[in-house]
Amino acid sequence: MPLRTRTLSIFRPKAPIDQSVLTENRALVANINRRGVLRGAISLGALTLLTGCNVTEEEPVQKVLRAVSSWNDGVQAALFRPDHLAPTFNAAQVVKPPRFNAHFDVEDVKPVDGATWKLELAGLIGDKRPWTAQQLYALPEQEIIIRHVCVEGWDYIGQWSGPNLRGFLQRIGADLTAKYVYFHCADDYTESIDMATALHPQTILATRYAKEIIADPFGYPLRLRTATKLGYKNAKWVKAIEVTNTFTETFWSEQGFNWFAGI
Amino acid sequence: MPAPAVKSIARNVAGNAAPKERPLHPLPLRVMHWINAVAIFIMIGSGWKIYDDDVIFGWLHFPDFLTIGKWAQHGLQWHFFGMWIFVLNGLAYLAYGIATGRFRRKLFPISVREIVATVGDALRLRLSHDDLMHYNAVQKILYLGIILVGILIVISGLALWKPVQFSELAALFGTFQTIRLVHFLCMAAIVGFLLVHVALALLVPQSLVAMLTGGPVVHDDATRVADAAADAPSTPSR
Repeated sequence: MPLRTRTLSIFRPKAPIDQSVLTENRALVANINRRGVLRGAISLGALTLLTGCNVTEEEPVQKVLRAVSSWNDGVQAALFRPDHLAPTFNAAQVVKPPRFNAHFDVEDVKPVDGATWKLELAGLIGDKRPWTAQQLYALPEQEIIIRHVCVEGWDYIGQWSGPNLRGFLQRIGADLTAKYVYFHCADDYTESIDMATALHPQTILATRYAKEIIADPFGYPLRLRTATKLGYKNAKWVKAIEVTNTFTETFWSEQGFNWFAGI
Repeated sequence: MPAPAVKSIARNVAGNAAPKERPLHPLPLRVMHWINAVAIFIMIGSGWKIYDDDVIFGWLHFPDFLTIGKWAQHGLQWHFFGMWIFVLNGLAYLAYGIATGRFRRKLFPISVREIVATVGDALRLRLSHDDLMHYNAVQKILYLGIILVGILIVISGLALWKPVQFSELAALFGTFQTIRLVHFLCMAAIVGFLLVHVALALLVPQSLVAMLTGGPVVHDDATRVADAAADAPSTPSR
């Protein structure tokens, strides 16, 4: 009986491997070259990246993207030049009427009744008595002809007038060292801006467009108009102003749009 | 390839001390290349999503499956995330290219005679890619051009992002829509470059392998010698 030098595995073939298979398929093996493997790897890599389209809304991805968006808020605040004026234009360049945009169609605008409307005040404000439209119209007006830039990519030149926000905040005894000014609107829209932007010389509470009282679709009787923010920050149909140090998400920031939205 | 003796002479002429041996594509360069690939992918895909919200050309609308992000805000989120990767990596690349003298060695000089010769070769389908260490004149122009486009797309992007804070910069372009158009055309140039770049990389797989493994080991100034030889009146080395 021959001496067994090693234990035979049950997986080990009884007979030696037929090497002719290799010879027959040499051409095929040679064909699986680097190029094919690389091409496959690249396609696979591209596919993994393409799933970015679908993973965007998943929690961990949103967490990272929103963290970067918050970081970008800070960068924009640092880039903000409080005394730097936005370019202004002449009356001939003004688009009339202004371009409508909201989270609903223009037919669905619910007009605000100017006779009963009052501007409520809340938060870190000394004199919180509400203001009627007539009282606001009596305040000194400032006119700015500025570019409106929408986050979607379009822009137009608009001519807005009304009380300067800084002057108004001083008049009502608001705490100008507070962090945010919130605007609560008749359409349940909420927007907020940083105090530095609220105090910018080209930030106004607009009551007129091209010298006429603002029409319903564009925010009658009162809307915010600032030269240093994207369109969606300019709240329309404002019914309350709140000065606060507490940050709460706004209508669009909650949906994932950048909060600072400076231009 | 030039003889070693020629190399050492060239090195002495250039005033370099010790001969440095390194791969054709040094590791930092390869890392930056692939980081850039990911950043470009994010920026283009998310940029197309943002573009679709208000198209510049009525006939051009990017299909959803080519864009990154479900809705506009997600495209914006990706774009303003990717911009940091693209800009920081790009700055590192420019600093590296300038500090190591790589741009000077690889991209200059660009001679008109060589451009004509290369274009002629390309038209007769006789373009040789055998020597990865030497960029032909068309490659030099394309690589230099795409670097400049990369810089312009960042500058126009800054003007788009902050047309008021950077109003002086924005004014150089003209209207807001002009800035958008410039930003868009830079993207189109990058996409055009990418189509050729990727197609050529796949046609000459060793160039792709080199960008992963580093490629052949070369002397630091080997390409400069090759350039000098190519510019000499005698037959180019390639």
